[in-house]
Amino acid sequence: MKTLFDKVWDSHVVRKIENGPDVLFIDRHMVHEVTSPVAFLGIKSRNIGVKHPEKTFATADHNTPTINQHLPVEDPLSAKQLKALEENSNNYGISYWGLGHEKNGIVHVVGPEYGITQPGATIVCGDSHTSTHGAFGAIAFGIGTSEVEMVLATQCIMQPKAKSMRINVNGNLSKGVTPKDVALYVISQLTTSGATGYFIEYAGNVFTDMSMEGRMTVCNLSIEMGARGGMIAPDEKTIAFVKGREFTPTGAAWDKAKAYWDTLYTDEGATFDKELTFNGADIEPMITYGTNPGMGMGIGKDIPNAENLEGGVATYKKSLQYMAFNEGDTMIGKPIDFVFLGSCTNGRIEDFRAFTEIVKGRKKASNVTAWLVPGSHQVETAIKEEGLLDILTEAGFELREPGCSACLAMNDDKVPAGKYAVSTSNRNFEGRQGPGSRTLLASPLVAAAAAVTGKVTDPRELMN
Amino acid sequence: MAYDKFNIIKSSIVPLPIENVDTDQIIPARFLKATERKGFGDNLFRDWRYNTDNSPKEDFVLNQDKYTGKILVGGKNFGSGSSREHAAWAVYDYGFRCVVSSFFADIFRNNCLNVGVLPVQVSADFLEKIYAETEKDPKAEVEVNLQEQSITIVGTGEKESFDINVYKKENMLNGFDDIDYLLNMKEEITAFAENTPL
Repeated sequence: MKTLFDKVWDSHVVRKIENGPDVLFIDRHMVHEVTSPVAFLGIKSRNIGVKHPEKTFATADHNTPTINQHLPVEDPLSAKQLKALEENSNNYGISYWGLGHEKNGIVHVVGPEYGITQPGATIVCGDSHTSTHGAFGAIAFGIGTSEVEMVLATQCIMQPKAKSMRINVNGNLSKGVTPKDVALYVISQLTTSGATGYFIEYAGNVFTDMSMEGRMTVCNLSIEMGARGGMIAPDEKTIAFVKGREFTPTGAAWDKAKAYWDTLYTDEGATFDKELTFNGADIEPMITYGTNPGMGMGIGKDIPNAENLEGGVATYKKSLQYMAFNEGDTMIGKPIDFVFLGSCTNGRIEDFRAFTEIVKGRKKASNVTAWLVPGSHQVETAIKEEGLLDILTEAGFELREPGCSACLAMNDDKVPAGKYAVSTSNRNFEGRQGPGSRTLLASPLVAAAAAVTGKVTDPRELMN
Repeated sequence: MAYDKFNIIKSSIVPLPIENVDTDQIIPARFLKATERKGFGDNLFRDWRYNTDNSPKEDFVLNQDKYTGKILVGGKNFGSGSSREHAAWAVYDYGFRCVVSSFFADIFRNNCLNVGVLPVQVSADFLEKIYAETEKDPKAEVEVNLQEQSITIVGTGEKESFDINVYKKENMLNGFDDIDYLLNMKEEITAFAENTPL
């Protein structure tokens, strides 16, 4: 009796070290400009190469500008980091999708788009949101730069096996409730450290009913409850998504892979170290009010009082003070200044469809600055081809070029100090979107409702 | 990258009794643009430590002369969020060799072990005792003994043991890193790679 996680993990263990970590073989290594340069310096100083450049994929995303990408990057430090990734990729024979490349985009968006992400694979990247790829039934997790160096050098990593947790969500989701809301709801129930030490499997009809894009949003946010990663067993939807993409196997290799993928499910009777079950019908459109992703609630609720908390009161109060909110405040109607649609969490075509559904026939509020940033060129192209761009333009919105953008504000897309941003990204930490910025995490529907009303608004009021 | 061997550290501590200290606070993203590993200590806790005009915020613990030492003691769920190893580099580069908390985020804990910073997880009670002792005397010392896997409040003699796996412990005691180990497995890994389904 094995869990899905056990099956994939165990089949990748090269060696078990007694009283130590497992040596795990890595099938796919995604690399970006920020967490790789020191790792490349490391292998250079050891005078060794990249063991499997064909299993390594590099894209530039974290500090790239989202306008005028055809021009030289203005910030000299960003330009230097991008140049370093390009040179390192060229030197070691790694495919590099840099700025302006047709396949460029956020690492966790392009991986699935080109079939690099596959069921049953072990996938790592020097980025905590690598958990996204778990949507395909892969074991995918973020690593540090020392570990990036290990994988470049040996295609292996040393990791203790995580404990297992299954999160079941069953039932029907209400109108206006998206995968992002499901994830923010679960995080609010578990807290930001509730799954630390665990690898999650998401199960139940809410996840099986979701599109692959929705599953990616859910798995992406696994890290925000502390989990190493999250995964969903592959099904027909998964296989259909993977089939025919550039790096997807074909012919005999497909048959071999498919035979492996067909074994990827949790055996009946297999047990988990922890199991939690939630009712999908309890979930409302969510919004966060504090400075970690666990501080979220249904959009119509009031900010909890500190006296109802179990410990952590000082930290809680510090958080609300940063946000300039009070205990008991209602979020609905609070004025906002910025809206960010994008990131590896919600920068896919479905997210742009959802946003467009709300803003269609309406106008962007004059007090709002909106940054609409597709996760990749492929998403950007789809936005144009599906006619979404025309609707967005008509409503007063502009589309920017792909990248991580305001999610972590390494480029110029920074929310100014004291301003409020409704953001479809993944972290509302202090200063995450720019020094002093205040972030309200939400779904693309909630972001759209805020963008056209200029304040926190329940999107259900704007839906037919 | 090699680091100094770790055995016993006896030092006063720097208290940071805040929960959920995320890696964006430890080192904000805008300081991740370096292509070499140096200078990160200057920006450790940048936005808690400095005003926007770069003047120090006097109430922040790193700006208070009475608190110094090689041991940083943080609240529950220390190091959550981004996987940036730069956070662990910043901690090390500033001069800390040990971080104590009642709970660590996974990736940060791994990163610390890989760069020579020892994460020591203690009970919530013991954490409070350390804070209380430092409150009484900012120069109160704590001793961390890796070989023994123990942490002691020197003034009171109160002691707790902590977990670390044998492999990582040996690495830290000797200043080894994982890559040396993996490079010695070259043939085993090559043979394994030939039989993977993907």
